[in-house]
Amino acid sequence: MSTTTRVNPVGRALSDAGVLAWRSLKRIPRTPDMLIYATIQPIMFVLLFAYVFGNAIPIPGFPGARAYREFLMSGIFAQTMAFAVASASVGLADDMSKGLIDRFRSLPMARSGVIAGRVIGDLVFNAFVMVVMVICGFIVGWRWHNGFAQALAAFAILLLFAFAMLWVGALIGLSVGSAEVAASAGLIWLFPLTFLSNAFVPTPNLPSGLQPVAEWNPISAIVAACRHLFGNPSPFASPTGFPAQHPVLLSLLWCLVIIAVFAPLAVRKYRHATTR
Amino acid sequence: MAAIEASGLVKTFRSRKNVVKALDGIDLEVPEGSVLGLLGPNGAGKTTSVRVLTTLMEPDAGSARVLGHDVVKEADTVRSLVGLSGQYAAVDELLTGRENLWMFGRLYRLDSKQAKQRAEELLEIFDLTEAADRTLKTYSGGMRRRLDLAGSLIAHPKVLFLDEPTTGLDPRSRIDLWKIIRDRVAEGVTILLTTQYLEEADELADSIVVVDHGAVIARGTADELKAKVGGERIEVVVHDPDETYRALELLTASLGVTDPEATTLEQHSRRMTLPAPGGSEALVDVIRTLDAAGIRIADIGLRRPTLDDVFLTLTGHEAEQKDQA
Repeated sequence: MSTTTRVNPVGRALSDAGVLAWRSLKRIPRTPDMLIYATIQPIMFVLLFAYVFGNAIPIPGFPGARAYREFLMSGIFAQTMAFAVASASVGLADDMSKGLIDRFRSLPMARSGVIAGRVIGDLVFNAFVMVVMVICGFIVGWRWHNGFAQALAAFAILLLFAFAMLWVGALIGLSVGSAEVAASAGLIWLFPLTFLSNAFVPTPNLPSGLQPVAEWNPISAIVAACRHLFGNPSPFASPTGFPAQHPVLLSLLWCLVIIAVFAPLAVRKYRHATTR
Repeated sequence: MAAIEASGLVKTFRSRKNVVKALDGIDLEVPEGSVLGLLGPNGAGKTTSVRVLTTLMEPDAGSARVLGHDVVKEADTVRSLVGLSGQYAAVDELLTGRENLWMFGRLYRLDSKQAKQRAEELLEIFDLTEAADRTLKTYSGGMRRRLDLAGSLIAHPKVLFLDEPTTGLDPRSRIDLWKIIRDRVAEGVTILLTTQYLEEADELADSIVVVDHGAVIARGTADELKAKVGGERIEVVVHDPDETYRALELLTASLGVTDPEATTLEQHSRRMTLPAPGGSEALVDVIRTLDAAGIRIADIGLRRPTLDDVFLTLTGHEAEQKDQA
């Protein structure tokens, strides 16, 4: 083993994650259809909600046709980041069924390397999708009103949320057998989660029984934090509640909780991952 | 010192429906620099054995050491010393051959430059230089296996695990791969190879362990196993159904077969088989004998013992029927 060198565990984990992230990024331009679908879907949501449903959804306290589009974009951003679950789950399930996970596990690499590399690669991918969404938002009339620094903070929270959701996706991807199952298992629970939030419909418009659920929902927390930072309309059913008073703090807490729960679970799953 | 030692390996898989003992007390010993062929049908426990020995799976009971390191307690050390090439050709389809090897090199802790250099060397050895910049999607099955094997050789491992390296390959690619494996043996690499083909074990392995239902049912050299099975057999189909008995009688005498149990006759297909220790000489003998007796031959051939023969002899059942254990 004359050619191998001993490095400290942290350096090794970072280096392995870097190599695997390089791999993920190399793959993106070679699967252009994935890139196209990943951006077409949110664009479609923007157009459908802005021009079809939007007219039927009043924003309490914010009259005018443009108010809904201002309201909508943070919801679309958060939804798009939440759907990052699917890219991680499909990617890892695919590696698993092709035997690549076995290959990686037989190498003297850090146990976190494969998932961390996947997460970093997908994060870069999602940042790109976000840029497309921002342009799309500008076209339909969305603006930020509190300056660039605050807007940047909102984008940082969105990426942190994507990062957290990617660990959830990693756990799902390593738990199911095939990429096809991973695609639906990664997404099916996200639809009720995003629709039972403040993403598309203001929570005051929801039945009162659902209002607390929708306001404490992690997706709502991200959306509310973004609306707060962008200076977009952000109505609350209970304006004195914690979610309304501390949207940024709650969004950060949610991200940390998700990461703290799912990152160790995903790494643990990887250790025992078996193809057959 | 043995390069690979395993004793009493047990691994049980539980699912809702049933409990499968994939390994039921397997003992193995592979001396340094030798090749062990692990022979058995699907579901016999070959792949599970390899997974335990390469640290991918912990055994429920028993222990194993590779180059003196325990596969459970010193898993990380074992991983840095061995190479594994699996039956599914685990390479990234969207990366090129060169990129795949560079990636594996980096993960084996080479720096970027060393990894590049090693990738070039291996592409050269495995005759993949021309295809180096194509994505793996465009590779043939044989090329993929070669790249997969190249990936397992990056760190110059002293011990190599090959899990059904040629399953599903065409004969030409199989022979190419055999040559590559023999070259590694010549360099002194210890190899544990699993296969479903007796021919392959015969070709490559110094000694063979036959497994079935997670247990060892026979061990020895290829010749010893074949001796158990009874060596080559000659198969004759005569033209006229009325002459089968006379033909078998003549051949039994002429080949000097003393045990009538060792011959078979299927009247409806006019086919008989007899042990042929003399190989091709027996073939000539049979033709002469039948020709002299005026019996017309419809078909004749020598048949080498197959995995099925080994299984039939050792277990009383055929390998194929045991597909999913």
